[in-house]
Amino acid sequence: MGGSWLTAVIFTPLLGALFVLAQPEARATWRAGFIFSLIPLAISIYLFAAFDPARASYQFVEQYSWIPQFGISYHLAIDGISLFLVLLTTVLFSLSMLYSGGGDIETRPREFCFFMLVLEMGLLGALLAVDLFLFYVFWELMLIPMYFLIGIWGHGRKYYAAFKFILYTMLGSILMLVAILYLVTAARAHLGHLTYDLLALYGVPLSHREATWLFAAFALAFAIKVPMWPLHTWLPDAHTEAPTAGSVILAGVMLKMGTYGFLRFAIPLFPEIAIEAAPLFLALAVVGIIYGALVAMVQPDIKRLVAYSSVSHLGFVMLGIFALNPQGMEGAIYQMLNHGISTGGLFLLIGMIYLRRHTREIAEFGGLWKTVPIFAAVFMVVMLSSIGLPGLNGFVGEFLILVGTYLTKSLAAEIAVVGLILGALYMLYAYERVWFGPITKAVNETMADLSGREIAVMAPLIVLMLFMGLYPRLLLSRIEPSVGALLGRVHAAQARIDRRQHDARALAALLDPKSVAAK
Amino acid sequence: MTQFNWSVINFAWVPILPLIVVAAGAMGVLLAGVQIDDEDSGSLGILSIALFVFAAILALLLFGGRPSLTFSGALSVSSYTAYFELLVLFAAAMTALMSVEYAADQGLAGAEYYALIMFAALGMMLMAAGDDLIVIFLGLETMSIAVYALAGFLRRDPRSNEAALKYFLLGAFSTGFLLYGIALIYGATGSIKLEPIEAALSRPATDNALLLAGVGLMLIGFGFKVAAVPFHMWTPDAYEGAPTPVTAFMAVGVKAAAFAGFMRVFMVHLGPLGPQWTMVLWVVAALTMTAGNLAALVQTNIKRMLAYSAIAHAGYILVGMTAVASPRAGGAILYYLLGYAFTNLGAFAVVVALERRGAAHDDIADYRGLATRHPWLSAAMALFMLSLTGVPPLAGFFGKFYIFSAAIDAHLTWLTIIAVINSVMSAYYYLSVLIAIYAREGGVEPVALRTRPALVAALVIAAAGTVAIGLFPQPYISSAADAFASALSNAPHRHIVLSR
Repeated sequence: MGGSWLTAVIFTPLLGALFVLAQPEARATWRAGFIFSLIPLAISIYLFAAFDPARASYQFVEQYSWIPQFGISYHLAIDGISLFLVLLTTVLFSLSMLYSGGGDIETRPREFCFFMLVLEMGLLGALLAVDLFLFYVFWELMLIPMYFLIGIWGHGRKYYAAFKFILYTMLGSILMLVAILYLVTAARAHLGHLTYDLLALYGVPLSHREATWLFAAFALAFAIKVPMWPLHTWLPDAHTEAPTAGSVILAGVMLKMGTYGFLRFAIPLFPEIAIEAAPLFLALAVVGIIYGALVAMVQPDIKRLVAYSSVSHLGFVMLGIFALNPQGMEGAIYQMLNHGISTGGLFLLIGMIYLRRHTREIAEFGGLWKTVPIFAAVFMVVMLSSIGLPGLNGFVGEFLILVGTYLTKSLAAEIAVVGLILGALYMLYAYERVWFGPITKAVNETMADLSGREIAVMAPLIVLMLFMGLYPRLLLSRIEPSVGALLGRVHAAQARIDRRQHDARALAALLDPKSVAAK
Repeated sequence: MTQFNWSVINFAWVPILPLIVVAAGAMGVLLAGVQIDDEDSGSLGILSIALFVFAAILALLLFGGRPSLTFSGALSVSSYTAYFELLVLFAAAMTALMSVEYAADQGLAGAEYYALIMFAALGMMLMAAGDDLIVIFLGLETMSIAVYALAGFLRRDPRSNEAALKYFLLGAFSTGFLLYGIALIYGATGSIKLEPIEAALSRPATDNALLLAGVGLMLIGFGFKVAAVPFHMWTPDAYEGAPTPVTAFMAVGVKAAAFAGFMRVFMVHLGPLGPQWTMVLWVVAALTMTAGNLAALVQTNIKRMLAYSAIAHAGYILVGMTAVASPRAGGAILYYLLGYAFTNLGAFAVVVALERRGAAHDDIADYRGLATRHPWLSAAMALFMLSLTGVPPLAGFFGKFYIFSAAIDAHLTWLTIIAVINSVMSAYYYLSVLIAIYAREGGVEPVALRTRPALVAALVIAAAGTVAIGLFPQPYISSAADAFASALSNAPHRHIVLSR
C-alpha cells in the first residue's frame, strides 16, 4: 500500500491554517476553515475504507530519512489502535469548526481557525508517528495552539487555566524526552547505531531498574495527559475556561493522547514493568472513577461537572488498558472513542446553552424542556450515551472494560461498577435540574431552540452514538488484531517473568539444605 | 637599499584574511565617518554590513580546510575557527542591520558606532581563532573594550551609563582572573600555547596544584564573560541599559566568542583534566540554569527578562560542556549557538521595533494587544519566544535536544533532568510575553515598520533561520560536528605552517 495518505491527512490542516490567514473577512475565514477541516475528514474516511481489517501490523507506512546523524526518520504508520482515533479527531474538528463559526467565537476568527487547524495537525501527527522523535515533536507542538485557544478565547480565569495546562503537560512530557534520550542511548549499545524508530526500540535489553525509571517517565507524561487521579488538577480549570471548541478537542481528543501513549509506547516498550505496575494503575484508575464521580456530583457549574466526569470516564479507560487482556483493551479503545463523541457532544451542547444565557450555573436553569424541546431531546440522548445506556455507544465500551477487569482483578471491577452508578446519578440529577420542573427564571421562557446549524453539528454525533451502540463489530474487528499484537508483547513478557520466578524457585529449592541432605 | 622581504607575503596571511578585512574595514568606516554626517549614518551601516558579508565569504571558504596552526602556533586554522568567525560575523551584521534605522532615530554618532561593532567583532574572531592563551586574552580585551563603549553609547541615558560602568568594572575585574589564571598555567606548564600545555598535562613533573589553581581562575574569567552564575551580576543591568541592538550583540556575539575560547581551552585542550573541571561545571551549570530562570520569572522589563533568559541559556550550554565525555557534546554546543543566534537576534529586533527616541517601550506591558495591530511582528515574536522555550520544530528545540542527548550520552542524567525542568519553568515567562501580545489589550504603538526596511530584513532573516535550522537541522548538525572535530584533530594532522 503506497501513497502519501498519512502525510496528506496530517498536513492538509497546516495548509488550511496558512490559507485562512490570507482570508480578508470573517465569513470567508469560517468557510475556509470548515472546508479545510473537511479534507482531512475525507482522507481519514478513505483510510478507514482502505484499511485491511485482518492485518495486525502497520499499514500505509511512509518512511523517509530526516536527521540521519541521529537515526531520526519521518516514519508514519497506522494500525487498528490509531485508525479510529484519527477518525474521531477529524470528525470532532469538523464539527467544532462548524459550531464555532455560528456565533460562539466572535473575536479574531482568523487566528482561531489558524490555531484550530495547527492543533489538528499536531494531534494527527502524534497519532500517526512511529518514530519517537517525530512523535515528540507533534506531542509538544499540540500544546501551543491549545494554550492560545484557552488563553485568547477562554472565559474567566483563562490565563491561569492556560498556564496551568501547559506547565503541567510540559513537565510530564519533558521528562519523557529524557527517557526517550536514555532509551535511545541504551539501545545504541545493543543495536550499534542510533535510532528513534519505535519498532527497532521494542525489546531493547534494559536492567530492571532502568526499565522501571523509563516506564515511570513515560507513564508520568501520559498519566498527566489522561489525566489520572491525582494528576488531574489541571483538567477542571482548562476544560471549564476553554472556549467550547477547545473543550471539545481537549476532552474529545487530547485526553486520548494520554491513553493512546500508554497503548503505543509505555506498555509495548516496557511490558514487564507494565505488568508489575498494573495493580497500581488499576487502583489509581478506580480511585479516579469514584473521585471524579463524587466531585462531579457537587458541581454547581454544568461545564465543570462534565469536566470532572471526564476524570471518571478516563478512569474506566485506564482500567481497561491495565486489565491487560483483549476484552479490557478493546473496551478501553472503544471507550476512548465513546468518550470523545459523548463528552465532545456534551461540551458542544453546554456551549449552546452558554451562548443563549451566558451562564453555566445549573441553578440558573430549570424547566427548559418546555421552551426548547428539541434541545432537551438532543441533550438527553447525548447524556444517556455518556451514562452508558444499552443500545448507545457508551454501554459497549464500559461493558467490555468491566468484563476485562473482572477477569484480572474482580475487586477493581466491583468498585468500578459503583462509579458507573454514581455516573448515572450525577448526570440524571443535573439533567433533571436543568430541563425538568417549573421554569424559575423568566429569561428562560424566551430561549431559542436549536438552530439548523446546531442540529447539523449534533446530528452526526447522535448517528455515531446509535451506530456504535448497535453495531460495534465494524470497529472492534479492526481494533482486535492490533490489540492482539500488543498483547502478544505483554504475554511474552509475562512468560519471561514466570520463567524467572520459576528459575528462582528452582534455584532456591536446589540450594535448600533439606533437599540437599535428602539427596 | 635593502631588498623588500617577500617572505612576509605568504600563505600564513590567507587564514586571517577575514580578520584583516574586519580590522581594515573598521578603520575605513571611522575615516569615512569624517565625511558623513551623523544624520546620514545609515550608509555607514550598510558599508559595515557589506564588509561583514565579505569577511564571512572568506571565512566560509576556509571552512572545511585541513586544520593547522599558523603564526608560530598562535592561531588555529580550522573549521572550528571558521564556524565561530561566521557566527560572530553573522551576529555583527545582524546587529548593524537592526541598527541602521535605530541609530538614525536615536541620533547616535554613526561612524564610531559601526566602527566599534567592527572592532568588537574583530576581537571576537581573534578569540575564536586563538590557540594561544595570550591571543585569546587579546581578543577578549579587544572585544570587551569595544563593547563597554557600545553599552554606554546612549550618552544622555542614565541607564546606558550605568550599563557601561557596571559592565566595565566587573568585566575588568574578571579579566584579571583570566590573566592571573593564564600566568599560573604558564608557571605550571611553561607555555602559553595550548598545544604544549596539553602535552605538559601528561608529564608527571607538572605542578598539579598550580595548574589546577590556574584552571580554576580561568574558569572564573570565562564564567564572567558567558554570564554563568555566580558571575552573572552585571548581566541584567548591562543588558537593560545598553542600546538594544548592542544588547543583542552582547547576548549573541559576546557569548559565542566567549564560548569559542572557553570550549577551545577546556573541552579541546584541557580534556585530560575533565574529571576535575566538569565537577565544578556541573554545579555551575545547574546554578546558572536555575538562577537564570527563577529570576526571569519575575521580570517586567523585556530586556531584563531576556538578560536572565540569556543566563539560563548559558546554563544549558554549560550542560553541554559538562558532557565533554560524549563525542556529541562539542557539535551540540556549536549547533545550539547557531540556533540561539538566530532566535535571540530576532527577539531583540522585535524589541528594537517598539522603541523610539525618548520612549524605550521595553516593559512587557507595552506589548499588550500587539497582535491586533501588527500580526506579522507578533507572529515573529511568537516564533522567537517559542524557539527560546524549546518548542519543536524550531531551532531552539533541536539545540536543546542535541545538548541533552549528549548529556545523557555522558551519563549526566540528573543534570539533564534539572535542565529539562528548567526548560519547563522558562515556558512560563516566554509564554507570558505571548499572552500579553495575543490575549490582552492596551500597550503601545510600534514605529511603523514600513519606514524601517533594514529592521524588517533583520526580522525576516532571523525568523527564516529559526524555522529552517530547526526543521532541517541535518546540514547544520554536520557542519557543527565537523567544526568541533577539526578543533580536536590531533598531532598527525596538526602541523605548524611556516613557523618563523
